[in-house]
Amino acid sequence: MGFQPVKFYQTGTFTVGNRLLAADERSVQAGQTRSNSINSGHRACQGCGEALGARYAIDAAMAESNGQLIAVNATGCLEVFSTPYPESSWQVAWIHSLFGNAPAVATGVAAAMKVKGRTEVRVVAQGGDGSTTDIGFGCLSGMFERNDDVLYICYDNEAYMNTGVQRSSATPPAARTATTMPVGSEPGNVFGQGKNLPEIAMAHGIPYVATATVADLRDLEYKVRRAMKMHGARYIHLFVPCPLGWGTASSDTIRMARLAKESGMFPVFEAEHGEVTGVLKIRHKVPVEEYLKPQKRFAHLFGTHARPDMVARIQAIADRNIRKYGLLNGHEIDDPADDETCHARFPHLNPLPEGEEANESLREFHVNEGVN
Amino acid sequence: MLKQTEGSKAVAEAIALCRPEVICAYPISPQTHIVEGLGEMVKSGELAPCEFINVESEFAAMSVAIGASAAGARSYTATASQGLLFMAEAVYNASGLGLPIVMTVANRAIGAPINIWNDHSDSLSQRDSGWMQLFAETNQEAVDLHIQAFRLAEELSMPIMVCMDGFILTHAFERVDIPSQQQVDAYLPPFEPRQVLDPAQPVSIGAMVGPEAFMEVRYLAHAKQMQAIERIPQLAAEFKQAFGRDSGGLVRTYCTEDAETIIIAMGSVLGTIKDTVDEMRLAGHKIGVLGIISYRPFPLEQVRAALINSKRFLVLEKSLAVGMGGIVATDVRMAVTGTGLKGFTAIAGLGGRPITKASLHKLFGQLEKEELPPVTFLDLDWDAVNKQLERERQTRRSGPVAENMLHDKGIISAKFG
Amino acid sequence: MFQIRVHGRGGQGVVTAAEMLSVAAFEEGRHAQAFPSFGSERTGAPVVAFCRISDREIRLREPVVEPDAVIIQDPTLLHQIDVFAGLKPDGYVLLNSRHSIEELGLNELVKGRQAERFCTLPATELGLKHVGRPIPNVPLLAGFAALSGIIRLESVIKAINEKFAGKVAAGNIAAATEAYHLVKEMMTGVSHA
Repeated sequence: MGFQPVKFYQTGTFTVGNRLLAADERSVQAGQTRSNSINSGHRACQGCGEALGARYAIDAAMAESNGQLIAVNATGCLEVFSTPYPESSWQVAWIHSLFGNAPAVATGVAAAMKVKGRTEVRVVAQGGDGSTTDIGFGCLSGMFERNDDVLYICYDNEAYMNTGVQRSSATPPAARTATTMPVGSEPGNVFGQGKNLPEIAMAHGIPYVATATVADLRDLEYKVRRAMKMHGARYIHLFVPCPLGWGTASSDTIRMARLAKESGMFPVFEAEHGEVTGVLKIRHKVPVEEYLKPQKRFAHLFGTHARPDMVARIQAIADRNIRKYGLLNGHEIDDPADDETCHARFPHLNPLPEGEEANESLREFHVNEGVN
Repeated sequence: MLKQTEGSKAVAEAIALCRPEVICAYPISPQTHIVEGLGEMVKSGELAPCEFINVESEFAAMSVAIGASAAGARSYTATASQGLLFMAEAVYNASGLGLPIVMTVANRAIGAPINIWNDHSDSLSQRDSGWMQLFAETNQEAVDLHIQAFRLAEELSMPIMVCMDGFILTHAFERVDIPSQQQVDAYLPPFEPRQVLDPAQPVSIGAMVGPEAFMEVRYLAHAKQMQAIERIPQLAAEFKQAFGRDSGGLVRTYCTEDAETIIIAMGSVLGTIKDTVDEMRLAGHKIGVLGIISYRPFPLEQVRAALINSKRFLVLEKSLAVGMGGIVATDVRMAVTGTGLKGFTAIAGLGGRPITKASLHKLFGQLEKEELPPVTFLDLDWDAVNKQLERERQTRRSGPVAENMLHDKGIISAKFG
Repeated sequence: MFQIRVHGRGGQGVVTAAEMLSVAAFEEGRHAQAFPSFGSERTGAPVVAFCRISDREIRLREPVVEPDAVIIQDPTLLHQIDVFAGLKPDGYVLLNSRHSIEELGLNELVKGRQAERFCTLPATELGLKHVGRPIPNVPLLAGFAALSGIIRLESVIKAINEKFAGKVAAGNIAAATEAYHLVKEMMTGVSHA
């Protein structure tokens, strides 16, 4: 019998969990020594974007800090489903205080570490969009203003989910929530309101601001690790679809996050000291309908009492984001070095050069089937 | 070392001697001088190692203290009135989490109407939060109580408020003996937490506790305050041994041994009461004073023991249970249940109205003859009050109360010569 | 117990005056208490501060209602506030003014009281002369020491050195010394009248 070499078809892919990659190309999640900071057995819904995002983010933070991490959690889904007394999913030092004070508590933890000379211990604060953009906004701004050495991660599922899907200032226009019902002349959440937390964070001039989604988990890990290499106030705004609150299929969480990015509804970028330093380009632009239609919270915009006018306004928002952040090739923002830095940082996410027929089908596969 | 200094400055020096590691505070009258004093000491390096954080609100102040304390640092903050209410959620959170934070409350009235002067409504609004509450009679006692407070809080793993009358004590210059660093170090060992955030030994703090365990957790907080009833006098005795003076404890009696009438109060007003009582004693009246220092835990047994041989008592308090009467009076009544003692309440000094010896003489005279209603409002302008009530009876839209009363009081005009 | 009430306007150092007076008494081994009639900060508004001096611990906390002495840092207050309210029959009055008691129209007040316990002093001018600032409080303190004999000039100087340093302290000491001697002279003058 001849010697037959076995071809490893998986070796070259950048599937996020791929353990067959070279060690330095593996994601934190792919590594056997990952922290499992939030362990299995928690009570999140099937398909919860926040549970997925938290696992990646905190494990990446633990990897970068050699396990020297203290996490401060605001009240919300993540805290509730992870610590049903007498159990806890957390394998890191973790504290939950109140709904509105996670940034301030984190400031206190960081101050304690500093005064005790334990400079190797890092602090991460985390909360949902409700605690970050509304009730905890004052404390967040205070922490930014003092440039306290805290990385704050906001898990944005665009409403107060744990209390039954009420509107927050991160809820997008037209979305149905329990307090923005799809009735009246402007069904769902009204236009012209809302806060853009990443931009507000940038306005504070803090060392690092980034947005990310659970559709680009390597990108998320990269950004967390990048942030953890820095000191001072840092902010990551993570887009995490919520199947229950959005009325999407639990198997669609990653796909919905991708559509949010590919439509331009959620710009993915990095900024330092108030200036955008890099964006994740849209690979295959989709009209906002493709993003909105699978979500029951937008169902009232379609069907019998369709509102194409509102859909058009939403499209306008997406288009404005694309222009503003240069999310499409050919719509670059001012800095030409941007494209280069983007390529250098995300080699696996390069938009494919024109005319590469052989990879056309692979690209289709990525976009349509949602495989990263 | 003996000094003639402002109360706030003395307290700042006392705090510094306790080696706090994290200080965070938001400015509010009348606590500002305490925090300013500490801030300067940290900035100059006189107080080190210490992190001083300028926070954006009182809610942030208590939250920063929570984080710092949970991570094992000795933490301190100060506030008053509106600030205490603004941090109320965090106040309960701190005690629920068992964190030994020390906080000075420079007692001030709560609005509306806005009022920056002294009364006890702020501390008392948080009396059930699970914090211990000690009330200082003088600036010397304020200094001493802070030192005892850190020791007590850290032993029991429970936060504590040291209450001192805003302006009356904080802004008064008087003689204070500031202890030495050695003396304080001997009395107050380094902070050894019962639970701490540490990557080396990760724990989850702050889980959601359901009906199956919540009552037990709350009972244990209650039990801790029962332990404090024992520890407070012991720590005060130890303090006396080490520093040479009486400070703290649960209660302090003055001329009560043979007293037929006893006045009960908290804080700086005890000084004015004692001067009045001295004059009455000279005239042959059998009258005494019971000062309550530990308001939480409330020393039921000790209060009862002090009052049991008297005929009547009066609780003179700078607080009001709107719609009911006295707040401290209610606690005192609980202490004397079943004794048949005659108790009266006087609400006095709200919003900083001075409590004068002259008024107290009159009040105590009426008390001895038991010619007082159950609840008296000392030095109330009944004329203004009744006119306002009449106004409200006549017109539905009668306007804001405080502004309305000016109709009758008139405006003091300036005469320019 | 000796009780002093100081009247003035915000920005004239009324509170500091009471505090320094208490420090001077402390330096002489006595008990002293000083506190303002509290209010929010506001330059130009009428301010009152109190000081009590005693050989025993001072427990009383009420405002000074029957002062043994009144120091008035701003004569424009005379028509605005009853600065002499409660003044004891043998009380001292020290007024910041270039004018005499008679010129200020206060003779009615002096009637029935001891005239040698009333005095005016150009304290603002002294402050300007020695410290370069129109703050009358320190000269008035020294003048009060001379008028009442309750504290010594040396104690006032100790209080000045605790509060100020360098040239400012030196200037204040000079102002205090001149004020003290001025009042002493005026008192001898009165007794000869």
